Amino acid sequence: MIKKYLFVITCAVGLAFSAVQAQAEVDKHARNLAASCAACHGTGGHSAGGTPVLAGMDKALFIGSMKDFKAGARPATVMHQHAKGYTDDEFSLLADFFAAQKR
Amino acid sequence: MSINRRDFLKLSAAGIAIGAFPSIAFAKSELLKKKGQRVVIVGGGFGGATAAKYIRMWSENKIEVVLVERNKQFVSCPMSNTVLSGKRTIKDLTRNYDGLKKHGIKQIQGEVTGIDPEKQAVMLANGHLSYDRLIVAPGVDFMFEQIEGLNAKVADESIHHAWKAGAQTVALRKQLESMPDGGVFALSIPKAPYRCPPGPYERACQVAHYLKNNKPKSKVLILDANPDITSKKGLFTAAWNELYPNMVEYRPNAAVLKVDVESKTAKTEFEDIKADVLNVIPPMKAGAVASMAGVVGADGRWCAVDFLTYESKVHKNIHIIGDAISAALPKSGHMATSQAKVCAAAIIELMQGQTPDQNPTIVNTCYSMVSDIESVHVANVFRFNVEKQAMISAEGGGVSAKRSELEGAMANYWLENILNDVLT
Repeated sequence: MIKKYLFVITCAVGLAFSAVQAQAEVDKHARNLAASCAACHGTGGHSAGGTPVLAGMDKALFIGSMKDFKAGARPATVMHQHAKGYTDDEFSLLADFFAAQKR
Repeated sequence: MSINRRDFLKLSAAGIAIGAFPSIAFAKSELLKKKGQRVVIVGGGFGGATAAKYIRMWSENKIEVVLVERNKQFVSCPMSNTVLSGKRTIKDLTRNYDGLKKHGIKQIQGEVTGIDPEKQAVMLANGHLSYDRLIVAPGVDFMFEQIEGLNAKVADESIHHAWKAGAQTVALRKQLESMPDGGVFALSIPKAPYRCPPGPYERACQVAHYLKNNKPKSKVLILDANPDITSKKGLFTAAWNELYPNMVEYRPNAAVLKVDVESKTAKTEFEDIKADVLNVIPPMKAGAVASMAGVVGADGRWCAVDFLTYESKVHKNIHIIGDAISAALPKSGHMATSQAKVCAAAIIELMQGQTPDQNPTIVNTCYSMVSDIESVHVANVFRFNVEKQAMISAEGGGVSAKRSELEGAMANYWLENILNDVLT
């Protein structure tokens, strides 16, 4: 019986640990994804001028914009092409990353 | 460099093996005392400088980074064709490396003379730098030998390539300025792959823009070794026809095989072309540092890498980024920075005993100025494909619907932002 409890606890701790690990992993992947945007939008989304500042952007606004670009609902020169290259899950990762950057 | 007994033995053994480099002398010649984990980066262009900054930033300054670059200043190749039209000066495209200092990057201005993948050391004239991991970001070198009559000296003095922004760009502009009205500017393009696929066609636009306003009877003659325009074809041909009618002439399958310096003549398989300005862009290969590291592939030109880490397929702990790699990716400044960031993240993970990101997804956005104010672009997302072990273009990428002033403005924003991202 004690063994069984121990097993359950061990599993629970194990799961919690891997969840934390997965979370950290996701953040780095999001950071890496977002890094490609810097050429036009600046390091960490801190635009040096001309393009929108993504750092600190509201998550819903970011996701909404990307979805509109992807659907062709929002006129664009470049962003409709980039938006089509990403999944909705990736929009969410990018949105979380940029929302967490200090403006 | 602190040497424990095991390392000392290893060094001694290596010293005896090659019979030339006494290990104690080697240890003494360490240029910067190595304490913790160190990444040495050779080449401070778009790729190398980005990798230096991002390794520091993302490792929270835990990993030591030494950046070796031969030039005192950074000159942007992107947009350097606009120096030819007079829209920009080379000074506008020149930056110093001071902005990288705040990241704690150790910078050495110097020429690398050799790389020892076994001892994990980079040789310079006055000593060496030991590394745990090395990033080789050498850009391209020119294969002058493929064109009879051409060499580095001729390129510097008369038949400029101006394919590395700097003195030759300025010299080519001067040749254009002294060209007579009614003259011919001949532009020779090598077979792909070469640095900046749309660059030569953008150059034709910038030269034509200058000629249209200053020497309207003149001509731009494009001698392309490729069977067709390699990038943004419809957009470039529209620009030539509509902005510079009867001024730009395009000839496919016209590889220049020989040049005559005195008569400014270029020979192709089919004809001799006498020009007033002869601008020959030779075929390219990975920069010489890649050969020193022994990481160039069987083709003798480009370096094969693992796209999760950009580590060489030949030597462990040596990574290659930018124009020098063999990939179905465009050889562009933005691409070099995107690769640099994947490489930087992977190196940090590897040094910390973690697994690198298994799904690198990167972007390329490339603008070409077709006049002084109008631009066109190509944009793509690239994803790692497990089966192919390669970076593959994602859905949705493509070129501009049409040239525009809006994109001309965006090209300028791109330049300012990417230079800030790379150098500050």
